[in-house]
Amino acid sequence: MAMIVELGLQGLQMLLVVLIAPLVLGITRKVKARLLRRIGPPVLQPYRDIWKLMHKEAVLAHNASWIYRVAPYFIFAATWVAAALVPTYATALLFSWSADLIALVALLGTARFALALAGMDVGTAFGGIGSSREVMIASLAEPAMILIVFTVALVAGTTQLSAIATTFITASVGLRVSLGLALFALICVGIAENARIPIDNPATHLELTMVHEAMVLEYSGRHLAVIEAAAALKLVLYFSLVACLFVPFGMATGEKTVGALALGMGSYLAKIFVLAVLLPIGETSVAKMRVFRYPIFLGGAFAAAALAVFLLFVSRGF
Amino acid sequence: MAVFVGLGCVAAFFVVSALTLVRGPFGTTFVYGASGAIALVGLVVGATQLLAGTASAVILPLGLAGLGGHFRIDALSAFFLTVIDLGGVVTSLYALGYGRHEAAPMRVLPYYPVFLAAMNLVLMADDAFAFLLSWELMSLASWAIVLAHHRDPANARAGYIYLVMASFGTLALLLAFGVLAGQQGGYAFDAIRAAPPLPLAAALAVLLCLIGAGSKAGLVPLHVWLPLAHPAAPSHVSALLSGVMTKVGIYAFVRIVFDLVGASAPWNGLLVITLGGITAVIGVLYAILQNDLKRLLAYSTVENIGIIFVGLGLALAFRANNMGWAAALALTAALLHVFNHAVFKSLLFFVAGAVLTATGENSMERMGGLIHRMPRTAVACLVGCGAISALPPLNGFVSEWLMFQAILVSPQLPHWGLKLMVPAVGALLALAAALAAGCFIKAFGITFLGRPRSPAAREARETDGFSLAAMFALSALCVVGGVLPGFFIDLLGPLVQALTGDVLPRQAGLAWMSIVPIAESRSSYNGLIILAFLIFSGTTTAIVIHRFATRATRRSAIWDCGFPLAAPQTQYSSSSFAMPIRRVFGGAVFGLHEIVDMPGPGEMRTGSFRVRVIDPAWRFGYGPLARYVGTVSLRLNRLQFLTIRSYLTLVFCALILLLLVVAAWR
Repeated sequence: MAMIVELGLQGLQMLLVVLIAPLVLGITRKVKARLLRRIGPPVLQPYRDIWKLMHKEAVLAHNASWIYRVAPYFIFAATWVAAALVPTYATALLFSWSADLIALVALLGTARFALALAGMDVGTAFGGIGSSREVMIASLAEPAMILIVFTVALVAGTTQLSAIATTFITASVGLRVSLGLALFALICVGIAENARIPIDNPATHLELTMVHEAMVLEYSGRHLAVIEAAAALKLVLYFSLVACLFVPFGMATGEKTVGALALGMGSYLAKIFVLAVLLPIGETSVAKMRVFRYPIFLGGAFAAAALAVFLLFVSRGF
Repeated sequence: MAVFVGLGCVAAFFVVSALTLVRGPFGTTFVYGASGAIALVGLVVGATQLLAGTASAVILPLGLAGLGGHFRIDALSAFFLTVIDLGGVVTSLYALGYGRHEAAPMRVLPYYPVFLAAMNLVLMADDAFAFLLSWELMSLASWAIVLAHHRDPANARAGYIYLVMASFGTLALLLAFGVLAGQQGGYAFDAIRAAPPLPLAAALAVLLCLIGAGSKAGLVPLHVWLPLAHPAAPSHVSALLSGVMTKVGIYAFVRIVFDLVGASAPWNGLLVITLGGITAVIGVLYAILQNDLKRLLAYSTVENIGIIFVGLGLALAFRANNMGWAAALALTAALLHVFNHAVFKSLLFFVAGAVLTATGENSMERMGGLIHRMPRTAVACLVGCGAISALPPLNGFVSEWLMFQAILVSPQLPHWGLKLMVPAVGALLALAAALAAGCFIKAFGITFLGRPRSPAAREARETDGFSLAAMFALSALCVVGGVLPGFFIDLLGPLVQALTGDVLPRQAGLAWMSIVPIAESRSSYNGLIILAFLIFSGTTTAIVIHRFATRATRRSAIWDCGFPLAAPQTQYSSSSFAMPIRRVFGGAVFGLHEIVDMPGPGEMRTGSFRVRVIDPAWRFGYGPLARYVGTVSLRLNRLQFLTIRSYLTLVFCALILLLLVVAAWR
């Protein structure tokens, strides 16, 4: 019986992240539109977009291989597994120990590997430019992410996300320089990984500056629907990660009573909502960068995370 | 018993080699079939010895007078025997198909079994004389195969540089053994172990060993021969050179530094970690710039060797500070990476060989779209690329993950130099991992995806059954190693115990077959569950989509924003894919020159774009060194044209001088 409940809670988390993903995207778009003095599409529009795309005919190029057709499902699956392993409303779920934070970063790397290959499959200039730039961004963002993982792991003494969250809630970790630097770096990496301004513009098309959109340019119909859903899921994943690592409060840590779970769920949704409002505010206040300015932006994130790790190696007190 | 079977294998290899000289029935199929069978016996010997955990030794009346030939298989030898003979078995299987395409088979066949025999012999040698002799035999046999296509001037140059570097490395090892043997001259490994060297001698031996073994393994800045020589050989031998022979270099380092030298100062670890981190990043940065598929793989070998040396260095540092459990973790990570790299690098060289025979092209700039022509090879290549990019749930990720776990326990080191260097190296490793993924996205994407860039690529044919069998065997190992890593970690247990005095917790009994290197509250990873999760969520998504979405699918021309260009040259090419990386790291690391010659409006000449990348090791190290040696020998050239009187005077002066030196020494 206890096993079934545990399994149910894990399943609930898997469903939760998938179901709220388009909504979160809808909220960011709505807030952004309001900040730009537009009315903007309704917050439920992303659900309708995905539904619409699912019922459109999928057009494949003559020379598209099986990689092109399998990649969307694989990308979605890898992102989904990663998102389901970040603690959202409760720690120590059934499978929380099967992958730690390093494995999570690597899973996202797996998804990116598939996406970059899909971009190159048909053999267009746009697909190539997208994949090439994605690789460049990843080669700077991923090391920064690993160093963020190091920082958090050195403070908490573990790389298990669930255990990190528990430590940060129960033990008096306090405000730390290293965690501040790690938060800054994580925000920069999250912006780059989710193709948001100032790195990439999710609303752009037919521009030489696009990265993510260039890779998926050839996709249509149900394949595009799955890719869009995966992109939304990735945004939720990064929001959950920020929430879980830096504001884990409210999460159900001990006995999984209905009250604790409800509190965890409520606080999780509130945190995600706040982040979904903050992101477009940040986006509207800066301009998009030129491609070869990215190394400066991501190098900053890398330097901040590296500084945090160095400080922790020197003394655990930072 | 085991050591006799091992030596029997070596003898059998030599017999096979001798039989090739008798023409007729003893051709390609015989040599590779027999070598594969013998290597299989060696593999069984290694694996059983590793499982049994006992040592088996013999002293043969060979070699130096008063020394004899010592041979021994202990846990360390057994592990490396397993790795090397596994490589031997699959390479021979692959060569049963691939070897038929060889234009001049007699330039490869006689040396191939000798090369395998020499590598086996290095691992079994238990005294310095046998070790150095088989080491040199290994170098020479591989040098002969590197020169198989010697009419190409580039290959001749590669062979020359390889010979110089290999001799230099052997010299360093010779000196290292000299230092270790001490004044009594005990050259048997037992005698060296019984009389541990003084701290100064130990430090000198570690340095010399780092040069000797590092030059064979490809440690920066001793790596310059590797990206030249490895691609020059026929592809199945490239797989042996890159996947297997570099591991013999690692073995020499582990044997000398961990086993013979014994306790060493913490700064030794610091040096090894630093060199390893630099090697990893330099190797992968050069790999991503290459347009030649085999050269890309060779540079990626340099990267992986760097990762392994980081693990070894961490293990040394931990051991010097009496943190046995952490040393065990780092050493396990390094040795697991040795095995993993042997598997996926051999696989990728096999793929490169298959592509090379199918298209006749080395350069990725003239490939593309091969996934349609060679679908099975493409699947094997995809698994290999994923594994080498450290993607879960494949095997490359496991060793990388263990390495990061080892780095995360290193703040407990008391030594300040290490405290500052380890996080920097951690950052370098993370950078190398991310760049490696990019590098293999490029390798797979440009070679197998897109549209064919040359008629040869358009007409390519799938490779033969033997080659495919070898590739799929290795792909299966990549998956099994990633999904059930606990089994492999347990196998390394006795060996790690012997070298560090500690061992990782036993993984076999853990629930769900996950791996837990230190404690469950600290970190755990489960490749099996990740794979199951991936399959579950992937199929769920596919079912949901196919249930609720329309299945209507139409094939059409490429869209490409409405302006598709028919010429395949309009695709992204290998060098354009690497351009952002080249720009970002170019100035700092490569000494990059981009020469653009763009004709003005109205001019009829063709434009050109050239990229020149010079390895800093050549620019600051070997180039000036070679020039200096040239200048000095030009000056000394005058000595060749003296009169007999001057020569006699010179000889006399030299004699007096040497006698004076001896007198002063006493």
